Amino acid sequence: MENFEPEIVAFCCHYCAYTAADMAGSKRISYPSNVKIIRVPCTGKVDAIHIMKALERGADGVYVAGCLEGDCHFKTGNTRAKQRVDRVKKILGDLGWEPERVAMINMSAGMGERFAKTALEFTEQIKTLGPNPVRQAEIQPQTMG
Amino acid sequence: MKTTSRLERVLASGAMAVTSEVGPPRGVDVESVRTKASMIKDHVDGINVTDNQTAMVRMSSMAAGVIIKQMGLDPIIQMVTRDRNRLAMQSEVIGAAAFGIDTMLCLSGDHPKFGDHPMAKGVYDIDSVQLIQCVKKMRDEGKFQGGAEMKGNPKMFIGAAANPFADPFELRVMRLAKKVKAGVDFVQTQCIFNLDKFEAWMDGVEERGLDKQVHILAGITPMKSVGMARYMKNRVPGMDVPDEVIKRMAGVSKEQQPEEGIKIAVESMERLKERKGVHGFHIMAIEWEERVAEIVEKAGMYPRPQV
Amino acid sequence: MITAEQKPMQEIIRYLAPYSKILLVGCNECVTVCAAGGRKEVGLLASALHLNSLKQGKTIDIKEITLERQCDPEYVEELTAYIDGADAVLSMACGCGVQSIATRFKEAHVYPAVNTKFMGASLSQGVWAERCQGCGDCMLGITAGICPVSRCSKSLLNGPCGGTSNGQCEIGPETDCAWRLIWERLKALGIQERYEELNDAKDWRPAGGAGPRKIIREDLAL
Repeated sequence: MENFEPEIVAFCCHYCAYTAADMAGSKRISYPSNVKIIRVPCTGKVDAIHIMKALERGADGVYVAGCLEGDCHFKTGNTRAKQRVDRVKKILGDLGWEPERVAMINMSAGMGERFAKTALEFTEQIKTLGPNPVRQAEIQPQTMG
Repeated sequence: MKTTSRLERVLASGAMAVTSEVGPPRGVDVESVRTKASMIKDHVDGINVTDNQTAMVRMSSMAAGVIIKQMGLDPIIQMVTRDRNRLAMQSEVIGAAAFGIDTMLCLSGDHPKFGDHPMAKGVYDIDSVQLIQCVKKMRDEGKFQGGAEMKGNPKMFIGAAANPFADPFELRVMRLAKKVKAGVDFVQTQCIFNLDKFEAWMDGVEERGLDKQVHILAGITPMKSVGMARYMKNRVPGMDVPDEVIKRMAGVSKEQQPEEGIKIAVESMERLKERKGVHGFHIMAIEWEERVAEIVEKAGMYPRPQV
Repeated sequence: MITAEQKPMQEIIRYLAPYSKILLVGCNECVTVCAAGGRKEVGLLASALHLNSLKQGKTIDIKEITLERQCDPEYVEELTAYIDGADAVLSMACGCGVQSIATRFKEAHVYPAVNTKFMGASLSQGVWAERCQGCGDCMLGITAGICPVSRCSKSLLNGPCGGTSNGQCEIGPETDCAWRLIWERLKALGIQERYEELNDAKDWRPAGGAGPRKIIREDLAL
């Protein structure tokens, strides 16, 4: 699809990923404006349903960005988040959707470049996958009932 | 005598007994039963007929047993509790006795998972120990397992399996004691390669005087190749094959391995003949029935006694 | 508890293909504990079904509700308010719950969303193992707390068989040999002689051999 600009939702933990995003900003390292950041206290706060709802509402890709493995500020939050991302991937696979539309990414607070790089990579990946099948079907996504 | 069983007569005479086995075909192939039985008939006192061995469907042990009985020979029908409930088993025992079959082996049976119908429901209504109790009750009291009187007791000489090599080892003598308590007349052991361990089990058995309450037939299997030896060591549950045996088999050329395997089998028999608690041998020559005669002769156990 | 696992997604989608208004009912008890059919799983399944329909350019109307239990009529009654608004009911409860709904609402098209598995206990987070088969005549008092009916692959009452390997069952190293466990318990309790007592053939009538079972407590009936 020409000129497809994906809508990407990124759940970023306050302690690492969001701080890294901030750093990217202050260092003037640009990353695609497609990526809409949602700050959470810890990626462990993100449940599978949040990712699913983002897709239902038309997001073309969703990723969860947390601390490096072993370094979660709340110990196991990022581990739980990874398991939930995997669970959603499995559901997408069972539905015949592309599991690559969701991902778990890890970084530390000082990794401004990494934040920007992964944001760009993920956006490019989603561009190749095309729009969310919901949008392709041109039906308005369900609103929260 | 409790029964007409030739095996019982041989054992009662004080002579060492020899049994071997025939695996029924996976189809209606009567000739294969007759052929295999003919190969061993003069060298054994009883011919085990396996029962859906390794959970693969075969001609029923009773049917193959009848074919062998009608050849004038002595079948020992095996019965596993995996495939039949207590009604079917008691019914089968009566049916077998009706054809003159007088010796049987009570077993649990390999799990269905191993066979060609892993999707089947394993019955396991009763276990092998309870089957022994059941057959003894029919034979000696003329009563069914449920308590009702029967008309015409099946006179079965009752056998079971014993495995000195499964773990935990400390339980293995006690398990034999349980089967003895249940009323078993004879046991055939799992095939023996680790003679030291077997003799340690026999120490425990003799210490408790169990060898005076049950006839123990030592299981012997000749190895055809080092590959077979390794397979049995690594892939068969409850089997103990010491490294020395593997080494011995590997130490000769491929063409020589079958002879070496037979040599090892005969040596084991010679050693175990000296053990007073061992009352005979059960030779399991899987797909090698044609060598049973030779093994029996080389171990000095031919001809079989007249009883 | 009763354990269950969600059915394959495509199977559920196949069941629901003829319908457009679904009443998706979860259960707050066993299936919540094993994360198969509780409130969270109801939400996830509803979302997945929405994604599925939207991709095909269709809409699917899903009413999500989670009952305290689906195996008690008082709770199932709560569905009365929603039953007419749906053309199919998808229950995420165990078989007991699905049937309770089908019994109460005779005109409803009721489908199961999970496969009920076994009565088990939690070993660690995310791991449940079978412990009881409801034989109706508990032997745990004589087998030192380990059940030979449910934990022995052959339900031997005078085991072990000859297939034990390294203390594990012949069917595979992930399965403990129940009789090895029983023996270890008898030893730990100093009652090894119990092992040689013969356990007689089991009466399977209390286990369902006499037909589908019922308990009637006259002291509780109003």
